[in-house]
Amino acid sequence: MVMLGRTANGLFWMFRYIERAENIARIVDAGLRMSLTRSGASDDDWGAVLLSADVRDIFDKHHDKVTASDAIDFLLRDLSNPSSVMSSIDAARNNARMVRTALTRETWEAMNECWIEMKQMLARKLKSADLPEVIETVKRRAGLIRGAFHGSMLRNEIYNFARIGTFIERADNTSRILDVKYYVLLPAITQVGSSLDNMQWESILRSVSAHRSYRWVYDGEYKATNIADFLILNGQMPRSLAYCYDKIVSNLGYIGKDYGERLAAHETAERVRSTLQKTSIGTIMDQGLHEFLDNFIAHNNQLGQEITEGYRFYS
Amino acid sequence: MEKKGDAPLAFDEMIKADSGPRVPYQNYHDWYSSQDPARLLAKSRDAENIFRKTGITFAVYGHEDSSEKLIPFDIIPRIISGREWRKLAQGIEQRVIALNAFLDDIYHKQEIIRAGRIPRELIEKNVTFLPEMIGFRPPGGVYTHIVGTDIVRTGEDQFFVLEDNARTPSGVSYMLENRETMMQMFPELFQLNKVQRVEDYPHLLRQSLASLAPPGCKGKPRVAVLTPGIYNSAYYEHSFLADMMGVELVEGSDLRVIDGKVKMRTTRGYEAIDVLYRRVDDDYLDPLTFRPDSALGIPGIMDVYRAGNITIANAPGTGICDDKAIYSYMPEIVEFYTGRKALLENVPTWRCSEADSLKYVLEHLEELVVKEVHGSGGYGMLVGPTASKRERAVFAEKLKARPNNYIAQPTLSLSTVPILVNKGIAPRHVDLRPYVLVSDKVQIIPGGLTRVALKQGSLVVNSSQGGGTKDTWVLED
Repeated sequence: MVMLGRTANGLFWMFRYIERAENIARIVDAGLRMSLTRSGASDDDWGAVLLSADVRDIFDKHHDKVTASDAIDFLLRDLSNPSSVMSSIDAARNNARMVRTALTRETWEAMNECWIEMKQMLARKLKSADLPEVIETVKRRAGLIRGAFHGSMLRNEIYNFARIGTFIERADNTSRILDVKYYVLLPAITQVGSSLDNMQWESILRSVSAHRSYRWVYDGEYKATNIADFLILNGQMPRSLAYCYDKIVSNLGYIGKDYGERLAAHETAERVRSTLQKTSIGTIMDQGLHEFLDNFIAHNNQLGQEITEGYRFYS
Repeated sequence: MEKKGDAPLAFDEMIKADSGPRVPYQNYHDWYSSQDPARLLAKSRDAENIFRKTGITFAVYGHEDSSEKLIPFDIIPRIISGREWRKLAQGIEQRVIALNAFLDDIYHKQEIIRAGRIPRELIEKNVTFLPEMIGFRPPGGVYTHIVGTDIVRTGEDQFFVLEDNARTPSGVSYMLENRETMMQMFPELFQLNKVQRVEDYPHLLRQSLASLAPPGCKGKPRVAVLTPGIYNSAYYEHSFLADMMGVELVEGSDLRVIDGKVKMRTTRGYEAIDVLYRRVDDDYLDPLTFRPDSALGIPGIMDVYRAGNITIANAPGTGICDDKAIYSYMPEIVEFYTGRKALLENVPTWRCSEADSLKYVLEHLEELVVKEVHGSGGYGMLVGPTASKRERAVFAEKLKARPNNYIAQPTLSLSTVPILVNKGIAPRHVDLRPYVLVSDKVQIIPGGLTRVALKQGSLVVNSSQGGGTKDTWVLED
């Protein structure tokens, strides 16, 4: 069997966009929760939400100031925002159409039905009462695509390129969420136990759907270093950087073995994983969380570029 | 308007006015009579959901907001007896053999022109005639690997060929999906009726394509489908066929000519393609030979083709068979190459390029259907009887300005088959496109695509103009 470079590209991006749509929905969910649990100035929080989604610059081009309803609309429906939920689902489906022959019927239909439902749901401006259902639907639809994919696809290069796309996107999202709120996690300036911190921390955990699992792993105590540890280094946490890189290394490894060649991407992925394995959260905090995350994001981007070139996505 | 088009004389394929259901429909009709109408309407909605979920859509050009549409599917099958089919199939086979012989001739010795049977300028001045093909014979001598012959019926034994689609006939995915959907929804009907299989089409297509690999191809030929991409109106069909055949679906940007072969860019480097089933028009195939602005094609593919290092299906230059002026000569063409009278009739056709005909057509516009010679999809045509006086007047001016561009035909009273409507069933006009595969043999898939005009009285069945489709059954008898 051979695979077109364009097909590998389509699979990679189809799954990146599905992951992105779901992550944006989570971030909006966390933002909503913040504005519900605190009285007053929630517009600042939405500014931070836009930063986590990495769309603050584009937002500012279209709006003079940040309001909750504009931010929500921009994140969920606005097609001028290339990372909005609707844009991401559109892009995921277009990629899926392009690689239709590589997907099982189940996977394609789950993708197509997701698009049909979201298009309908997001056709009009949303009322705040609709938001929980919309967010729930994005998560459920993404879950259905993932389920169909896992249940029906052969474990071959198609599967591996899709998985690599998923985890590169996920690692990018988790690291950005942490980076936007890194100051909340710095031990030096945290007022331990204050309700403000608790709420900020919970919001971070909620953005990665980890506010419950965290309590199981760390016995319920909110502590800045534990939260950072959980999202960066905990190999059991499916959205942690360590977990993502475990998966990327193994999926890239399968392709490398299959093709009988190792590329620059293999080296980069293994180097990042090994860093994550060897370091401790104390070291990261000592050397600077922000610097660490910056560096991580740069390497994650570099890996994406090396995969694009190494597997001839475009040329 | 409706009354005029919906002539009471139209032949209904299911029910005879005086004696009830016709023989091929007997079993279906009995079954239908025992069904709860509400259940059938519910099934009809189910069918629509299946199509929507599967993404069986087509793009309508110029509709920014609704770029993907479903072709309406009607759940009442169109049924053809085995006897009727055999007769049709013989006629189609004869016609397709003649088309290939004609193409070989016009690109070589041009005996048909020398014999005075077809005017030279109609061939050589035709925009669909490709001088690049002169003197070149494709592998196996096959020009049209895949043909769709559009058939209409006006009575018990009256079948006519309405047009030949020898370039890139589309719609076969609907034939397959319609059957799939019917079998899912009404399995019991397939026990009551012995319906011939259409499901082998992708397999036969792949075999047929592979069997015409270029002579230089050693080992198992690699086949690929070339699509203009996801924004093309028939993209669903392209991906469906590639998927069902188990071959790559490629775009121009995936391909490059390297060392005299057409190769596709894979994750591991470039790999050669032996047979390309292209769903891209001639004009766009090779920017070095045809339209230089085409981004859909592969620069240099025509050189590879002429060097005998790739098979292109259908061959470039076959589009001339779809020309409606050429069509008007099909009775002569069939006779010239097969030595026998055509088994299937042509619809009588006036060539507006001829002064007498033009005069007749202008005087009888309200009875005629006028078509552009290179038109397709139901665009740019005039249906005289249903057009307004003004529309006819406007069209008459176009005709006078460019008579060569038009042909005219009588408005046929197309046969009807009932469709399901809110209050039971109602007759609607239909046509039929059977699909033909040509390799060292001619294979005609028993069935095809039945297109149905959903509007009462309408004769226009094109999906771009509000037509729908039906599953088409050929019975084993």
